[in-house]
Amino acid sequence: MAINLNEIEDLVKQAIPDAVIDIQDLAGDGNHYSATIISSLFKGKSRIEQHKIVYNALKGKMGNELHALAIKTKEKD
Amino acid sequence: MNQNINNFIKNEIGNNNICLFMKGTPDAPQCGFSMAICNMLKILEVNFKSFNVLENEELRQGIKEFSDWPTIPQLYLKGEFLGGCDIVKEMYESGELQKKLSENSINYIKK
Repeated sequence: MAINLNEIEDLVKQAIPDAVIDIQDLAGDGNHYSATIISSLFKGKSRIEQHKIVYNALKGKMGNELHALAIKTKEKD
Repeated sequence: MNQNINNFIKNEIGNNNICLFMKGTPDAPQCGFSMAICNMLKILEVNFKSFNVLENEELRQGIKEFSDWPTIPQLYLKGEFLGGCDIVKEMYESGELQKKLSENSINYIKK
């Protein structure tokens, strides 16, 4: 149940067009990722809401094909 | 959603200061993210109630729907959903988590 790094990036970009994304494949196994996402869409939102925007962008893959994705969100000025 | 599970979750997060829905147990976590939250709570020496979702498929699905959050672990403090591992880690590192514990009169060890 691995997922491609570019696939994650594309999904995020589709939902969050202005996103600056930095994704790392932590273990090199296509299963454990860490992503920092910067977007103006996060402005004024709680961290829970920000992460939900990212989860929604991943269209249900989170917790399924995508087992481990550490997320860090930041507001873009 | 299964009403029994819904009520179970409501009761537990209402009756316990801190609830952690996790994979495995605090002594034997089955996932790195679950282990990370346990470690933070252990370092703070906070008492918490944990629920192993791997032993209960209904709870595993139920807590995701209840919180509208697709991943586990999930941490609740005084009935409030704080988030998963990433958010709790940020809160721990910034001291926000410790502040929240103080505000709610929950004992922890200050480092």
